[in-house]
Amino acid sequence: MIIGEIRDGIVLDHITAGRCMEIYKVLHLDELDCTVAMIKNAESEKMGRKDIIKVGQVMDLDFDVLGYLDPGITVNIIRNGERVKREKLTLPRHIKGIIRCTNPRCITSSERGLVHEFKLTDPERRVYRCVYCESEAGRQE
Amino acid sequence: MRNLMDILDLSVEEIGELIDTAEDIIADGKKYSEVCRGKKLATLFFEPSTRTRLSFEAAMYELGGHVLGFSSADSSSTTKGESLADTVRAVGCYADIIAMRHPKEGAPVVAARTAGVPVINAGDGGHCHPTQTLADLLTIHREKGSFENLTIGLCGDLMFGRTVHSLIHAMSRYQGVKFVLISPEELRVPDYILTDVLEPLGIPYRETRSLEESIPELDILYMTRVQKERFFNEEDYVRLKDTYILAPEKLRSAKKDLCIMHPLPRVNEISTAVDDDPRACYFKQVLNGKYMRMALIMKLLEVKV
Repeated sequence: MIIGEIRDGIVLDHITAGRCMEIYKVLHLDELDCTVAMIKNAESEKMGRKDIIKVGQVMDLDFDVLGYLDPGITVNIIRNGERVKREKLTLPRHIKGIIRCTNPRCITSSERGLVHEFKLTDPERRVYRCVYCESEAGRQE
Repeated sequence: MRNLMDILDLSVEEIGELIDTAEDIIADGKKYSEVCRGKKLATLFFEPSTRTRLSFEAAMYELGGHVLGFSSADSSSTTKGESLADTVRAVGCYADIIAMRHPKEGAPVVAARTAGVPVINAGDGGHCHPTQTLADLLTIHREKGSFENLTIGLCGDLMFGRTVHSLIHAMSRYQGVKFVLISPEELRVPDYILTDVLEPLGIPYRETRSLEESIPELDILYMTRVQKERFFNEEDYVRLKDTYILAPEKLRSAKKDLCIMHPLPRVNEISTAVDDDPRACYFKQVLNGKYMRMALIMKLLEVKV
């Protein structure tokens, strides 16, 4: 399968196989007018299988969202057909408005307009806790 | 500006300073009777409380300050649908410091972000109750002379017992502490206390169902009430509420200098026959709580003698 090169845009590489649709939705790529290509289950020496997303324009990305969902992703910025930047993601220390606290006793379950926030408490085990009630977030595996 | 959301907001050194201040208040309370003159404490109690609210109010009065507030959510504007953030922001315009109890976990964090004045968490659901822990710490320090090399038994509702969680966090910072966690299976201490607090710090602990077997080894026995208000299902509460009842005969095998503690209120978990035992310290905790709240209010308002 041949997917065309992009001149200006972003390539999200090394997405865990099967997760590209989730990333597509979370980044609201469906709202873009430009070309967006999703490649599922591409062969990868390192990963065996991986997903790739190519976006035909340079845009601001929420690295925290990506880092939380799939910290192995590599973000490549392409300009004039050349890769000008390559970033490996890390787990964000703090995430806001991405996941919800499901503890029914948490203040987030009743206070209007309160944005759900989590902090990274154990990077090794990828544990995020609600900044309000300290409940552990559902693990993204 | 400082707040107190969780006992871990205070360093070991700061806890030592608060204990020193509380001891000085105990020694010479008169010296402190005007230090908060002209200052106002707002007690916002969205959930019923007798001891904690009155303790805060007594503490502020003994420092020469004033108190305003409410003692149930029914008498606040939340019944009109006002958000907690708006209520607290308004109160911050009237008061110099706020003590807040709320049934929702994390509610004091919302308050601290909007109040504009120091906020003290006076209990947020089953989550934290740091000023009870300050009372507990002063009691332990007064009874044992130190926080080190103690075997602490925690008994009863270890799942929803916020005082238990805070005390484990606080005592885990001292050398030579061991925990014996005594509870029914359904009310075990949450796993994160074990995996995130005790195990990484290498603190010895043992989980057991038996109070009788554990008593002889304990320096401190911290009893807790099975809290009806934390259960969604009444049947579960009825089944578990009288699992542990401390009576004089169970204390025969206990150490002579055992310190028996309870955050109160108690229901059946400590027989009133234990009250006259010199090892019963739970009413001392009440008084110690007032002294530590006085010390805390002074610290957060940055007032000195």
